[in-house]
Amino acid sequence: MNERRDLLCTIQQYDFALYDLQLYLNTHPTCASAMRQYKKYKALKQAAVEQYVRLYGPLTAEQSDTENQWNWTKNPWPWEKEAN
Amino acid sequence: MWIYEKKLQYPVRIQNPNPKLAKVIISQLGGPDGELAASMRYMHQRYAMKQGKLKGTLTDIATEELAHLEVIAAILHQLTRNLTPEEITASGFDTYFVDHTAGIYPQAASGTPFTAAYFQSKGDPITDLTEDLAADGAIM
Repeated sequence: MNERRDLLCTIQQYDFALYDLQLYLNTHPTCASAMRQYKKYKALKQAAVEQYVRLYGPLTAEQSDTENQWNWTKNPWPWEKEAN
Repeated sequence: MWIYEKKLQYPVRIQNPNPKLAKVIISQLGGPDGELAASMRYMHQRYAMKQGKLKGTLTDIATEELAHLEVIAAILHQLTRNLTPEEITASGFDTYFVDHTAGIYPQAASGTPFTAAYFQSKGDPITDLTEDLAADGAIM
């Protein structure tokens, strides 16, 4: 459970960086260093999300299991203490 | 359109329920300077923007405010878990509980339900962005 929480927290940190860079790039679309950082965190996030989905389940409906059992609606949901 | 991600923007893990605190924090959900007002103001003002970077940025901010709305709702949900009748009465949460039990309802701490009257949308970029400065400044 704690390992799941740690991995989720890592994804949340990457998302935080990506979102801040996104807003910055909206108004500075040719900033090479911001784009370089964006690419870096995007790759890190993709790898972390892949691992999370494989181990703990989907973060988006499209990542749900369509081989054995649809697991998108599985508890806990994000607002519940157990999910955090 | 929007796609939901099954995670909070920032984790919420509350050990001790506290309905008295929830009564105050609820203003950040549905009060005049709450997250719902913030999201709805950017969401509807974006159509007046002329430049792509403003259309995009207002869309991005409106979306992020929805993520904040969910974080506040998670705080309220966890602060009001497993309350006893005695806790509900002693904390003063009874005035909310009588209408909503522990359901999440967008209202100000005063009890006023959320209303679109909290924000403006005038169809002019400078006017709307100035309104945003006032709204976001009010909670800083």
